[in-house]
Amino acid sequence: MPIEVTMPALSPTMTEGKLAKWLKQVGDDVKSGDILAEIETDKATMEVEAVDEGKLGKILVAEGTEGVAVNTPIAILVGEGEDADKLETPEVSDDTQKSAALQKVKGEEETKPTLPVEPPPGAKAAPPASDEDKYFEKTVKLTVREALRDAMAEEMRRDDKVFVMGEEVAEYQGAYKVTQGLLAEFGDRRVIDTPITEHGFAGLGVGAAFHGLKPVVEFMTFNFAMQAIDHIINSAAKTLYMSGGQMGCPIVFRGPNGAASRVAAQHSQEYSTWYAHVPGLKVVAPYSASDAKGLLKSAIRDPNPVVFLEHEILYGHSFDVPEDPEFIVPIGRAKIMRAGKDVTITAFSFMVGQALAAAERLAEQGIEAEVINLRTIRPLDTETIVNSVKKTNRLVSVEEGWPFAGIGSEMSALMMEQAFDYLDAPVYRVHGADVPMPYAANLEKLALPQPEDIEKAVKAVLYRS
Amino acid sequence: MATSKRRKPQADENPQYSSEELLKFYREMLLIRRFEEKAGQMYGMGLIGGFCHLYIGQEAVVVGMQNALIKGDSIITSYRDHGHMLATDMDPKGVMAELTGRAGGYSKGKGGSMHMFSREKKFFGGHGIVGAQVPIGTGLAFGHKYSGDGNINVCYLGDGAINQGQVYESFNMAALWKLPVVYVIENNKYAMGTSQHRASAGELCERGSAYGIPGHVVDGMSVLAVKEASEDAVAHAREGSGPVILEMKTYRYRGHSMSDPAKYRTKEEVTKMRTEMDPIDNLKKLLLDTSAADEDALKAIDRDIKAIVAEAADFATQSPEPDPAELWTDILVEA
Repeated sequence: MPIEVTMPALSPTMTEGKLAKWLKQVGDDVKSGDILAEIETDKATMEVEAVDEGKLGKILVAEGTEGVAVNTPIAILVGEGEDADKLETPEVSDDTQKSAALQKVKGEEETKPTLPVEPPPGAKAAPPASDEDKYFEKTVKLTVREALRDAMAEEMRRDDKVFVMGEEVAEYQGAYKVTQGLLAEFGDRRVIDTPITEHGFAGLGVGAAFHGLKPVVEFMTFNFAMQAIDHIINSAAKTLYMSGGQMGCPIVFRGPNGAASRVAAQHSQEYSTWYAHVPGLKVVAPYSASDAKGLLKSAIRDPNPVVFLEHEILYGHSFDVPEDPEFIVPIGRAKIMRAGKDVTITAFSFMVGQALAAAERLAEQGIEAEVINLRTIRPLDTETIVNSVKKTNRLVSVEEGWPFAGIGSEMSALMMEQAFDYLDAPVYRVHGADVPMPYAANLEKLALPQPEDIEKAVKAVLYRS
Repeated sequence: MATSKRRKPQADENPQYSSEELLKFYREMLLIRRFEEKAGQMYGMGLIGGFCHLYIGQEAVVVGMQNALIKGDSIITSYRDHGHMLATDMDPKGVMAELTGRAGGYSKGKGGSMHMFSREKKFFGGHGIVGAQVPIGTGLAFGHKYSGDGNINVCYLGDGAINQGQVYESFNMAALWKLPVVYVIENNKYAMGTSQHRASAGELCERGSAYGIPGHVVDGMSVLAVKEASEDAVAHAREGSGPVILEMKTYRYRGHSMSDPAKYRTKEEVTKMRTEMDPIDNLKKLLLDTSAADEDALKAIDRDIKAIVAEAADFATQSPEPDPAELWTDILVEA
């Protein structure tokens, strides 16, 4: 059967081109892979190879013709004993190709504007239910450091697929002693010291998760995770989608985030907004030891990649933590640390402490602030925040990081979209100074939000001086 | 340092392979060749969009390697991945439908040419970031060792990826922890438009030598040479001796992607490789010369393959586009 050769698209953007030169003439034998013609695209001169075999029966578009649209028939290949001139129309052709091309054109017309603009209702679901409060009847004082270790140890006892890897996590007992004692209990099969090679071991962890294991990858600090961010985003976060749901990646990337003390710009950055930007990731930033324990257990059990942002200064702080190993905090649920009617303050990680200190000072002045500990940055518990603002009509957002496109920016957008009619004042953002972190003690303090900055912000939204 | 050159087997010395095996190799390579030619044609018709990197010329590498593996061994590669999927026995219909961005594709149309996976066939992608598959493949090997399943990972990378830093981070950990992984460098001489000698110092097969990883050069245009080399490498990895590097000297006939006019090499060079070194033509000659098959048998295979590819193309053009609701699925696994 005669086969039609059509003008090919030879780049992602080509719609037409010039048929520069025929390299086969009528009557020539054509084998698969032979070069038929040269075509000038919008980018370059390309060669067109034959896919089918036969004899070049007829040339339909002469060489030198410009503006030949993609899919225009340009020649006809004929088989043994066939005659191209006897063909009435060029539509006698390879059925598959022809129908395919037609279907494509038809499909384009029909399917354009039907996309939903908004995610389906599930994407805006209420925060998950939690029974965490009932566990607080019997508690023990633990540091955040111990709480994180206990969470890992309990999950490792529960599931052999859980293992911990990172720099100095095993024999050194953790650069910040978070993994203390794990090597002794679980051995070097499951507690693994890596070389200083963040890009490599983050990718290796992703591969292990694809295999079905549940890696807990520790970064000595999240500053160093920038070496590995390609694997966190391109490999861990996106692969489930790109595989049509086949390739889940149950992995936790954890470590200290934000400013510690006097370590300057390269070791003092807050990354929550970087990761919270990415669909496919969950982002958690606990404040207390109970949050740290309950949320890390949830993160390890979660079938998705979780970025777990700790804070070095909090590691040594002690809090009441439920004794029951069944205690768990669901990802996606904020916690009201202090109820109040006058203003809502949102904060996460170390800044929760700063917000609570500010609230104390404000209370002495007769201002009752409601402090919300976000705990999870993505998915954000918008319900708790919006409900609080409906009551207080004012919002101050506090974060340690830079302002541009930060968590405070997201809070402002949230207020515009979901609480606009309830606001009695513009949202006020308290944030780290928009500079690389300085080393000098006085400058570092100026760069980081202090309780008095939060106090000032609250007074501003209350129009008080 | 165990770096050795392997001799290409001659037509009269293939005692270790039955005619059934040789025909299987022929069939598998031909399927990839015809599939890719069809993909190129469909790209030309606007049915396939974006980037499309064809494997034509390199078929012997993946077919020779895959035939040395056992059930449960995992595979990973970069974006020139159609051949690997066909060689792991993934359904040509699902692969082609992914190329056309249809619901019947392996990723429901959401991944495209560079991002396809099959957990069932242990094919772990399909990765678009050059070199990223190497630590991931090393992690799959870690998983094999951790779980003690007796399987290995075969991690394919190109002569371009070999210069990425994460490759050496992976080599280090794989050697340190004796992970069961075979790194297959598909050296087709050009990283996009940059030839090996303009991008890479030294010999690629020796890139693991500082880590004590043995490396071998293999004639990647000969499926029998690949098969022989892969048997040894796979055995080494499986018995717990750690990683191996195989540098396959191969060649891609087409441009880097569909929009590459390939002006960085001469026509004579391409023609010489196609006419003298073609893995399929050479195996065909061997089959005929040794009377392992006759012309009729080979023609029957050709017809079969043509039908399979036509069926895949039909499926890929008739499968519907993904439902608009698919935009919002597969972002997170619901616990």
